[in-house]
Amino acid sequence: MPDSLPFAPQFASVRHRDETAELGMWVFIATEVLLFGGLILSYFVYRHADPRAFMAASRHTDVLIGTANTAILLTSSFFVACAVEAFSVRARTASRALLIGAIVLGLSFVVLKGFEYADEYREHLIPGINFSFDGPLADGVQLFFVFYFVATLLHTLHMLIGIGLLTIFAVRIRNAEESRTRAALHSAALYWHFVDVVWIFLFALIYLPGKSS
Amino acid sequence: MWRAWIPFWHEGVSRHSGDVDLLFTGLLLASSLVLGLLFFLLALFCIRYRAGNRVDRGGRVAKSWHWEVSWTAASLLAFLGLFVWGASLFLDIYRPHADELSIFVVAKQWMWKVQHPGGQSEINALHIPVHHPIRLIMASQDVIHSFFIPALRLKHDVVPGRYQDLEIEADKPGHYHLFCAEYCGTEHSGMTGELVAMEPADYAAWLSQQGPSSSLAQEGGALFRQLGCSGCHGLGSKVRAPPMEGLYGTQVALSDGTTVVADDKYLRDSILLPRSQIAAGYQPVMPSFEGKVSEDQLLRLVVYIKSLAGHQP
Amino acid sequence: MNEDNYLNAGFTLRSWLLTTDHKRIAILYFASLIFFFFIGGAAATAIRIELATPQADLVSSDMYNRLFTMHGIVMVWFFLIPSVPNTLGNFIVPLMIGARDLAFPRLNLLSWYLFMLGGCVTLFAIAAGGVDTGWTFYAPFSTLYSNSHVVAAVLGIFIAGFSSILTGLNFIVTIHRLRAPGLTWYRLPLFLWSLYATSVILVLATPILAITLVLIAVERVFGVGIFDPKISGDPLLFQHLFWFYSHPAVYIMILPGMGVVNELISCFSRKEVFGYKFVAWASLAIAAVGFLVWGHHMFVSGQSVVASLVFSFMSFIVAVPSAIKVFNWTATLHKGSIRFDAPMLYALAFIGLFTIGGLTGLFLACLAYDVHATDTYFVVAHFHYIMVGGMVTAYFGGLHYWWPKITGRLYSEAWARAAAILIFFGFNLTFFPQFILGAEGMPRRYHVYAPEFQVWNVLSSAGASVLAVAYLLPLFYLGYSLFFGARASANPWDAPGLEWQTPSPPPEYNFEVQPVVTRAPYQYSKNFKAEPQNA
Repeated sequence: MPDSLPFAPQFASVRHRDETAELGMWVFIATEVLLFGGLILSYFVYRHADPRAFMAASRHTDVLIGTANTAILLTSSFFVACAVEAFSVRARTASRALLIGAIVLGLSFVVLKGFEYADEYREHLIPGINFSFDGPLADGVQLFFVFYFVATLLHTLHMLIGIGLLTIFAVRIRNAEESRTRAALHSAALYWHFVDVVWIFLFALIYLPGKSS
Repeated sequence: MWRAWIPFWHEGVSRHSGDVDLLFTGLLLASSLVLGLLFFLLALFCIRYRAGNRVDRGGRVAKSWHWEVSWTAASLLAFLGLFVWGASLFLDIYRPHADELSIFVVAKQWMWKVQHPGGQSEINALHIPVHHPIRLIMASQDVIHSFFIPALRLKHDVVPGRYQDLEIEADKPGHYHLFCAEYCGTEHSGMTGELVAMEPADYAAWLSQQGPSSSLAQEGGALFRQLGCSGCHGLGSKVRAPPMEGLYGTQVALSDGTTVVADDKYLRDSILLPRSQIAAGYQPVMPSFEGKVSEDQLLRLVVYIKSLAGHQP
Repeated sequence: MNEDNYLNAGFTLRSWLLTTDHKRIAILYFASLIFFFFIGGAAATAIRIELATPQADLVSSDMYNRLFTMHGIVMVWFFLIPSVPNTLGNFIVPLMIGARDLAFPRLNLLSWYLFMLGGCVTLFAIAAGGVDTGWTFYAPFSTLYSNSHVVAAVLGIFIAGFSSILTGLNFIVTIHRLRAPGLTWYRLPLFLWSLYATSVILVLATPILAITLVLIAVERVFGVGIFDPKISGDPLLFQHLFWFYSHPAVYIMILPGMGVVNELISCFSRKEVFGYKFVAWASLAIAAVGFLVWGHHMFVSGQSVVASLVFSFMSFIVAVPSAIKVFNWTATLHKGSIRFDAPMLYALAFIGLFTIGGLTGLFLACLAYDVHATDTYFVVAHFHYIMVGGMVTAYFGGLHYWWPKITGRLYSEAWARAAAILIFFGFNLTFFPQFILGAEGMPRRYHVYAPEFQVWNVLSSAGASVLAVAYLLPLFYLGYSLFFGARASANPWDAPGLEWQTPSPPPEYNFEVQPVVTRAPYQYSKNFKAEPQNA
């Protein structure tokens, strides 16, 4: 398209463009809230129907790994938040380092999750693959673990997407245009924090039931 | 009577269906009035204010508030009236009656199996006496079906994993369509049958002609022993288990502090999911019979246990 | 036709398939939707031919079950939901709002590709033998008993769902952020209010569908019983999850149509829409309250009586904003100067047919009557009056109205009016008898039926044949106009919206100079001439 032809620009200003992008990310996060919300609602329906089974099932989850993962994610969110704060023309290195830190933490999360899944495989807790559980609560326990795997796999998928996003930023941050990158990084950080918040809910629903009794 | 004047109208055969038809007529009248008014206004405005028509278009309505509030309020009022009418009639459907006769219906792909308390069974047909409230207790063996009798203006989904109740009563003898109304697979449209309403004398005669030797309760008693229930719940058992005598219809205290009524659903759930509601003071040692007992057998056990409390099935 | 417009800004396949121009993407969707409409329509034709006789003579039961399932899936997800938003919406929203493009043009293109990918996966499911669960996929039939390609179909719909979500996201952000200077919310044409409300539902409801379909697929693939009563799963949970999305989905399907009707009624009465603010907020009210009525699909399912009472009450409440709109449209005609061009014929048909559909919805909201009428042809007739009599009619109306803007050509008004009238006649003949069938008790999804239902079925099938011909007509005269139609000016209808203040077809970047809006929409002077929004 020849640039000499007059045309009205898409955005009135750089700030306009950035605010638009951020609004887009918020709307997207709203859709994700509903996605996980539907799953969590189903969890509550079945938990209400058979609370003892859910508590028994929850005792078979590895709260050590779960807690470690929570700490890892919260720290990574802290790093990402700092990376956004630190980003400026001169401080790209600091920002980059923080992003890499968050990526490493994110990958550790995934690795620990892998170990956890391996344990669950050994304990015959994977519905549809090798599930077997003694006792009358087996049905409810199986429903719990269906929820557990669907929710954590979905969450891990979101984590991997987040890690991918952060990696792209870490790679390109050195040469990228400033204001656009700041806005995009901000949106990516929003996404990362959201995935973190989802984990907090999942942690409470997966690892904590039955712990007090 | 006046309904006979409406062409193609098939009258219902119960008091309830008469009430539903009245509701339908009311809805139809209200809708026709609204629609008539709408079409009239559309036609009027289109003709009168057609482009090129010399007619006074001055003095347009500027403030729309009065109109908006009026027609909104009118709609709301009309709708609320219809809601109350429909809801009150709906609540009638689920009201149990004192002298009702219970009949069991098991739905499976793609047929209806009906069990009368005396043990008479039929397939794709349901014989009932007229002027007698009938309580249908329905279960599904596989997928969701729906028990629909247009002449009674009634239907209820039959969902696997639970019992559902439907109260029916016919006032006119005759044969009426029974349809499955929830898509259930290949032969969904073939899952039809008939409701046969008969005079009480005819019904009694029909029952006696049906022939199976034992009633549902007797078959249930046999199953009770066959499946080993009496091993724990019978007299002289070494295992401490709640007695079934006099149980049906009473309040049962559960181990978590709540109380429930020992109804059909409670009995069925206790057999299939014994650990979901443990009676207070007892150990949770009863095994589950999930997968070991079919819906047909379940309803016989339930009828048997009911009979132990002196209840007519 | 002006020299440089979006159509001749590149003739290569690449310039179309990698475009980020919202107008070209709208055309891509338009072409895809014609294709899917004909697939869904072919299924409907087969169904109506089969149902002309009570016995099975055209197809087997299994085939019939696959036909009505595919008809539902294709028509709902691959035609109705994207129809107005993705064709007319994509094209017109930036123009109407005075912007160069949508907020996220590349997401818009991605949206089309996801739609096509989902469509291909679904077509694969059809070609591989079809699905026979009904578009509603009720468990446990769909999860444990159906021997058809449920997972493929569900995957196709899942992918297309992302297309919906991205479209909704794009519209919300665009309407919030890209309005031209001076274009305040209360100066927005009502088409945009409707699309905004639609987008809110798209964005919030579709994820629930996504997770529900994931659970169905997981249950089928891994054999775990999420909704299986034998391991204490609850089939009713599926229904709650499914309808929590699918009821708002029907508002996704009708709100854009209502939006179009606002534009048509005002332009062809040469008058602003009566009660603008009420109509605007009514759209939002429909979207909001529409999330609270899903249980009216489950009155006889075994949900509690209390739940049924609440859902019935809310269903009556949700009818109020729709009633408000119908009254306001009628009042718009009062003291207008009415022309009967084809778009107006469609708009008037919409008002009548949508009202019939809406009133019969009241019958179904009414608990005691619904016990009789649910799962019968009464419901089928009800939703076809709204979806086809309402939405498809509005879609055609909008298509004709904006055709000159989109293509730069004028279609034959005589043929268009004839087609509109034939569609109206064919539609009523097809679907009105179905109300009678339902009231008499004929259940839906029936391949064979009791002989006493034949008379109405024959009438319905006769209507369907008329409707099939009627729907083919626009293909011909609109197609003809593309090559031989008279060139259209920028504003052939003399309407005041911003989309008419730029040439037909628009240049690639829409406006030479950013328009500045100084007026409310739908302003016409005393002699019924349009007063442009940016004058």
